[in-house]
Amino acid sequence: MYYRRTLTDAQINRELLDVVLRTPMWWVVIVSILGLIVAGAASAFGFMMNQGLGVTGLQQPIFWGFFITNFIFWVGISHAGVMISAILRLSQAEWRRPMVRAAETMTVFALMTSLLQPLIHAGRPWRIFYWVFPYDWARGIWPDVRSPLVWDPTAIITYLTSSSLFVYTALIPDLAIIRDRSTGWRRTVYGILALGWHGNPRQWKLQGIAGILLSALILPVFVSVHSIVSWDFGVSLVPSWHVTVFAPYFVIGAVHSGVSAVVTLMILMRKLYRLENFIWEEHIDAVARLLIVVATAWLFFFWLDLVFALWLKEEQEMTVWHLRLFEPPWSWLFLVFIVCSYIIPVPLWMFRRVRRSFTWMLWTSLMVNVGMFLERLIIIVPALMRKGPWVFTYDTYRPSAVEVTLIVGSIALVAFLLMLFSKFFPLIPVWEEKEGQKLIDEVRVGDRVVPALVKEH
Amino acid sequence: MANTKLMGLFQDPEQAAGAMTKLKEDGFPVEDLDVYSGSPFPEGSFGEHEPETRLFMFPLVGALIGFAIGLLWTAGTQISYPLVTGGKPLLSIPPMTIIMYENTMLGAIIFTVLGVLFESRLPRRKLGLYDERITEGYIGIIVDCPEERAGAAESALQSAGAEEIKKEEG
Repeated sequence: MYYRRTLTDAQINRELLDVVLRTPMWWVVIVSILGLIVAGAASAFGFMMNQGLGVTGLQQPIFWGFFITNFIFWVGISHAGVMISAILRLSQAEWRRPMVRAAETMTVFALMTSLLQPLIHAGRPWRIFYWVFPYDWARGIWPDVRSPLVWDPTAIITYLTSSSLFVYTALIPDLAIIRDRSTGWRRTVYGILALGWHGNPRQWKLQGIAGILLSALILPVFVSVHSIVSWDFGVSLVPSWHVTVFAPYFVIGAVHSGVSAVVTLMILMRKLYRLENFIWEEHIDAVARLLIVVATAWLFFFWLDLVFALWLKEEQEMTVWHLRLFEPPWSWLFLVFIVCSYIIPVPLWMFRRVRRSFTWMLWTSLMVNVGMFLERLIIIVPALMRKGPWVFTYDTYRPSAVEVTLIVGSIALVAFLLMLFSKFFPLIPVWEEKEGQKLIDEVRVGDRVVPALVKEH
Repeated sequence: MANTKLMGLFQDPEQAAGAMTKLKEDGFPVEDLDVYSGSPFPEGSFGEHEPETRLFMFPLVGALIGFAIGLLWTAGTQISYPLVTGGKPLLSIPPMTIIMYENTMLGAIIFTVLGVLFESRLPRRKLGLYDERITEGYIGIIVDCPEERAGAAESALQSAGAEEIKKEEG
């Protein structure tokens, strides 16, 4: 990694805290637009609560549609954030510095949004608490711990709490920096949040250990959470869901979509927040190389899922795969999914010029997430499109305008929360950037001057 | 005699390290010296007292507490509303382990964060002797010494090239 510009601590403060310390007009415009979309989605949700789930496209026998697809999608996005940050922190990769905070923050907001989806899906959101929390003290009825619907919130709440603590712990030194540059009530608030941070060697040492220790603890949680989400499907008896490969398949799929989302986020951040001094082609290049490996591993698990179905030749499962692969509109959606998730982006990422182009990487990373949303939809809906015994009325699934509005609203919500976060906290860890600048130097090797990194282990 | 605190502000890390050396040479115990900086420096850069922590204990204790809560929750809820299904044992161990695992990890993570704060001596209600320039690249060398040695500390900081010397008030 090559540091093109040596920045002083004051310059780093100024550039990374620009939006925190002043409010640019473009920020107001974007937040207002996103806020309006979120308000529109909230109205659609209110309408749905008032009218009932009949305003959605859900009907016999398909009772899991866009909302559950969106739940899986956002859980997936959330996963790679902390995963990439934790792996890079554990391996002490230098190129982690500009991306860890944004990735971790995206995790938190994507998880919050994913948690909303089952609530929306329930139609009467308050009822969902019946599954998770004790609801009838008089009769002593408790939630059934044998149900995946209890495992899910347990895992997601664990992950959300852990990720939030992970973000906050690494944020404390930056809160002190903002405290020192603020006045009035802002200084008081940041002072409280910074907990009286001074930055003595003891605090810095613990900050370093915390980064590594929390990363080591959060990685197994990350793997477990998406495995548990996959068991919502895996432990059911629905053909094509009841497969053992679902846990790793879901986990690697989550990494694929999540790391792509990190790329999208970094490129947008660079453009909007003018972070050219911090996010370079080399960073995107490194993530793109990681994506090639992840995408190919994901393709392998996808292939396994298909191979297991072909190997068993179980009639109902074959019917589901036939529906997915050969019957429109699913066959068309399948084609779009596989083309967007793998066939177009991965061969393109083989070229260094593509990997180092912000434009190409923006579009290919967005494409992956279109594909991965469709992947979840194709896993869920065709598997339910079966005429079971004693089912006499059934139809296919067509998402309604309410559902589409809520999906768009969920994307706007994550962006809205990220924009709000960026107004109050830096999206790139200021103290880590300063540390990175300090540890870098150049050495002459023969005729070349190359970057050298001073590290302690 | 009451103790007092002084802080010398340095822009150059080498000067700050020089000040630490001078203070130690002048007989100020290393435990009474502290360094404030806006970003981490490699351990021992200023010849400071190397802090020891017992952070590793916290995740272990947290994990044990989380495990116990997970066990209580999963076993307790099944026992308090016994639903025997198909003559199988009341406690269904495999799904219990899923929730217990999550609780164990959650306990470990919460306690790690608590441990980081506790071992960092945070939160602190008052900043005390501090300067905002520290988060802009300056290095603050803090000397905690008896009142009568304040003069010696000040001259050591001055001779090392401190840009400014602040003294704790009150």
